[in-house]
Amino acid sequence: MDLKTKALIKSLWVFHAATSPCNNCDIEVLDLLTPRHDVERFGIILVGSVRHADVLLVTGVPNYKTAERIKKLYEQAPKPCFVVAIGNCACGRIMFQDSYNSPCPVDEIIPVHLYVPGCPPKPEAMIAGVVKLLEKLSGK
Amino acid sequence: MSHKVVIPIGPYHPLQEEPEFFRLYVDGEKVTDIDIVIGYMHRGIEELSEHKHFDQSAFLVERICGICSSSHPYAYVLAVEDILGGEKNIVPERALYIRTIVEELQRIHSHLLWLGLAGHFIGYNTVWMWAWKYREPVLDCFEMFSGNRQHYGMSKIGGVRRDIKDEDVPVLKKTLDELVRAVDMFKGAVMDDPVIQARLKGVGILNKNQAIEWCAVGPTARAAGVNIDVRRDDPYGVFDRLSWNVIVETDGDVFAKTKVRILEMYESINIIRQCLEKMPKGEIDANIKDIPPGEGIGRVEAPRGECYHYVRSDGTNRPVRHKIRAPSFMNVASNKVAAVGQTISDATLTLAAVDPCYCCTERVIVLDKNTDKKLMNGWDLIKLSQKKTEDLKKAMGDNG
Amino acid sequence: MEDVLGRIREKFYEQIIKYEEKSPRRVYIEFAPQNIPEAVKFLFRDLNLRFATATAIDTPLGIEILYHFSYDPKGQMVSLRTFITDKKHPQIESIAPIIKGAEWIEREMWEMLGINLIGHPNLKHLLLIDDWPEGKFPLRKEK
Repeated sequence: MDLKTKALIKSLWVFHAATSPCNNCDIEVLDLLTPRHDVERFGIILVGSVRHADVLLVTGVPNYKTAERIKKLYEQAPKPCFVVAIGNCACGRIMFQDSYNSPCPVDEIIPVHLYVPGCPPKPEAMIAGVVKLLEKLSGK
Repeated sequence: MSHKVVIPIGPYHPLQEEPEFFRLYVDGEKVTDIDIVIGYMHRGIEELSEHKHFDQSAFLVERICGICSSSHPYAYVLAVEDILGGEKNIVPERALYIRTIVEELQRIHSHLLWLGLAGHFIGYNTVWMWAWKYREPVLDCFEMFSGNRQHYGMSKIGGVRRDIKDEDVPVLKKTLDELVRAVDMFKGAVMDDPVIQARLKGVGILNKNQAIEWCAVGPTARAAGVNIDVRRDDPYGVFDRLSWNVIVETDGDVFAKTKVRILEMYESINIIRQCLEKMPKGEIDANIKDIPPGEGIGRVEAPRGECYHYVRSDGTNRPVRHKIRAPSFMNVASNKVAAVGQTISDATLTLAAVDPCYCCTERVIVLDKNTDKKLMNGWDLIKLSQKKTEDLKKAMGDNG
Repeated sequence: MEDVLGRIREKFYEQIIKYEEKSPRRVYIEFAPQNIPEAVKFLFRDLNLRFATATAIDTPLGIEILYHFSYDPKGQMVSLRTFITDKKHPQIESIAPIIKGAEWIEREMWEMLGINLIGHPNLKHLLLIDDWPEGKFPLRKEK
């Protein structure tokens, strides 16, 4: 594991990028910051600019308007940047795969490192997913 | 100023969930016009619905919005039941009560959610944390009787999918008692606070005539004095058998919208308590198999306003046409008049005050029209809004 | 509370093609496309009905448009129905100059079904990308 990756796993800064979600996954992501789950105690905070992000949390079904923007966001994020697909829509579009306004799933636009399925995934599931990512990154 | 300044707001914001794009035309500090560009959330659900059969559409429309996730399926199911002769003639009694309880519980969680976000926008992060903390027990109740914190999957043509068991009722009652104490606290903290009043009063006014012209619905309209509420006007569930009040204010500003939402939470708690007392035992599903040809309209009062579904059937097992109109479709458009005349720091608050199902403030850049030089960014806009609150606090001598 | 249905029937006695009362709260009234603006003006300005939304449907008989109005004191939905028989170049006069709240839904009808709204102040894409292929209308039945 290189120095850059080692440096960031202690305290992950996440940027939330929604590509046409129904909002549920996004609210559960925000729920992580609230007193019951409180991920800030692990050093995880939500940042305002993608330039500060270590992790990109992607929710929703990419449509024509957001597909190009999510690609730009990923390109702007300083590498290494890990992409987490939150929710069934980001994992594989599921019931929206036949939509005329959706070109392709998220992982055909940007590389995805972690999939957290669920509709919406519970905050506990998201935390468990992030822990798995950290374990994988630290080589366990 | 010799140049015209355009502030593009959107589509990604750090603390908002959905992408939307606003173009604010400003002259100095004041907003002179606003261009609203939507479409970042468009997933083609109306077209998808034509390829799903009637039972599947209920799950599809649930995912239009995660916050009002029971309103859309309920309105859809009402539209189909309208083809069959009307909800009251088909759906068993107990199911009507369960539907009402789910709707009102959803209203409480949605208003608490908005309260938290509004608090965050004006710099009161404590309000955000506490509002969302008290939201958790409501979500626990949903998980208890429906299996999921959001996207409950309760609505079905002819009834509901799951019952509220007898052992769940005391837990619900206890949650409601705690919620009353929480809402009392918010009422005191938010509505009696002089700084919050200074920050919210007179901001983002949508007056009664404008609300009617722009066909606004829900708390946005009721805060402007338009006395409409689908629960009372075109009753569904058991709303016409219970005693409750429609909350109407007249000022039309963000403070009035806040007041309407806080007081509506009390009414929702009251409605659920009455339902739990009166709910009879019995069946929860009428087992509808076939939908005859016809057309139907279903509407419910979602937390944001009137949620409207139109369904046409030709006797096959799929809808021929399924038209969906969410309340925010009307309310966000009304920002065209509500946001104009505001200062930039109040703009974020005005845009959020309609409780839109999509509103974001991100990567804001203030560009000099001639040189394209960047003057401000997204965080600056939020900080402007929060700074105004701090300045007001100091001016009022609040050092804490 | 008024008998809005009675007043509509009285005023548009000659123009109404078909009047259907499917239930006490659901009424569908058919007009010819050229009479729609006058009917909308009467419902919105004189009777003070609230405009809820408009539905456009691609049917074998033509492009059907329903304008849904709500009479809130009685909870009645009055839907004005009209058929545009020319499916190749469907057009109808826009009601956005009468009702500001109808601007967005008319833009959506234009981009989803290709209906030209004559007199609309801002007819451009609402939900789809600006360079969506011309002539491709997602809600048209012939694919």
